[in-house]
Amino acid sequence: MKEYFNNIFTALFTIFVGMKVTFRHLFTPSVTIQYPDVKLPLPERERNRLYVNMDDCIGCDQCARACPVNCIEIETVKAIPGEDLGKTSNGKKKALWVTKFTIDFAKCCYCQLCVFPCPTECIYMTDVYEFSEYERDKLIYNFSTLTEEERLEKIENLRKFNEEKEKLKTQSPKNE
Amino acid sequence: MIYDIIFNSTGSSIIAGLIVAILPLFVFILPFALFAVLLERKIAGHIQDRLGPMRVGYHGLLQTVADIIKLIQKEDIIARSNDKLFFNIAPVLTFVGSYAAFAVIPFSSLFLGAKIDLGIFYIIAVSGLVVVGILMAGWASNNKYSLLGAMRSAAQIVSYEIPTILVVLSFVMLTGTMSLYDLSETQTSYFWNWFILGGPSFSIQKFLLIPFMLISFIIIYISTLAEVNRTPFDIPEAESELVSGYHTEYSGMKFAMFFLAEYANMFAVSAIIVVLFFGGYQSPFGYLGNSLGISWLIPIEQFLWFIFKGIFFVFVQMWLRWTLPRLRVDQLMAASWKYLIPISFFNLLIIGIIALI
Repeated sequence: MKEYFNNIFTALFTIFVGMKVTFRHLFTPSVTIQYPDVKLPLPERERNRLYVNMDDCIGCDQCARACPVNCIEIETVKAIPGEDLGKTSNGKKKALWVTKFTIDFAKCCYCQLCVFPCPTECIYMTDVYEFSEYERDKLIYNFSTLTEEERLEKIENLRKFNEEKEKLKTQSPKNE
Repeated sequence: MIYDIIFNSTGSSIIAGLIVAILPLFVFILPFALFAVLLERKIAGHIQDRLGPMRVGYHGLLQTVADIIKLIQKEDIIARSNDKLFFNIAPVLTFVGSYAAFAVIPFSSLFLGAKIDLGIFYIIAVSGLVVVGILMAGWASNNKYSLLGAMRSAAQIVSYEIPTILVVLSFVMLTGTMSLYDLSETQTSYFWNWFILGGPSFSIQKFLLIPFMLISFIIIYISTLAEVNRTPFDIPEAESELVSGYHTEYSGMKFAMFFLAEYANMFAVSAIIVVLFFGGYQSPFGYLGNSLGISWLIPIEQFLWFIFKGIFFVFVQMWLRWTLPRLRVDQLMAASWKYLIPISFFNLLIIGIIALI
């Protein structure tokens, strides 16, 4: 009999205790962050999508070699003597046309190993982390500033230049 | 009464009857369901330190409207092995059961569908129809989870009706009336006339009644909570065990009917508690209409008071839902048969003795 009334008392008492707790939580500020509208500040050394500043890129291929998953593909074409490619922001003279610079973010493991070897600091992490796509091909980002025609033109220019050089080479021993 | 007013202005008893029958649905149940679904989700969110719906309208105010538009668009799926006739009837029957109860609920001294003497008896009788609808839905779905949910629901509603009826019986003994209108009228003017504080007569009887009224309030609150199948007594729906019980197989508007019936039922039982214990539509401290001398303001004030009290108890139901875990089946039965029913019997006896003094 004692247990019976004890049960009733504990049941009612604990219900009121629980209700008190939930009532207090009804008025505590919520922890929700309204994500697309409000974003948490990113940590200081966060690693997200890469960006390549092609104005500074000298086509040295060091980032591609550092990449552990081979997601960076670089193709360069030598500039012929008459062409002026300008200088990078830290004063290095550019000598190569970067005809292809693609990063496949489907493969990228965001290790940041490509960032450190860069002599001109032109490849770096941005704070963009929302770039999902429906097709995997769309994750291959092309950073090269040259169009396909320009690329073919540069290759053709170099080929012609080399041919001329060969011609000169084959002609020159006769002259001697 | 509202029927007489409409009857006098239109002169047709059919039109008056129709309007009186439809009025609570459009004036009250649909807006209430819209509001209560949002309230439930907001309360659930804030109790769990979340925000609840936030995207549709200011702080998600139009969320339920968007949900209803979605439900209307949905395909009405009937599986091949369902019992089509009963499958289609069941949601309607469930809704009719809970809607019919609104016929006798006194929203204010003017807004009362039918002023019948057997008000509370009628509500208890007619809400039994809900069990039929639920059982029918479970059986016609031809799904083991639905049937289990429906059977649990029937067992639960039948066993929890007993304490409810015993408490109501003690009221009938005390006041000698079953009419909800008369019950509200006796608890007039101030809050110390409410039955939770011993009723309108000022005597030794009033003070003797107070503790037993509190006990009967707790009993009827628990048992009506179980009758509307809400947590902690939601074993018929029990998402984690039975998918969602008897309305697993329903989609679109039929599901919406069950949903509407659940929310209408929540308000109906809150309304019973308000009428029995908290003075019905009576204001706890006089009327603005009386002190200003505007008599037409009084029924409107009464309506607002009734809605306020009803929604407060609906709020407590939601509050309990997000506080307590679900009971096991044996605990559920033990709570009813071993605790609520014996206590309400003793309560009935003692209130009977006090009424004799």
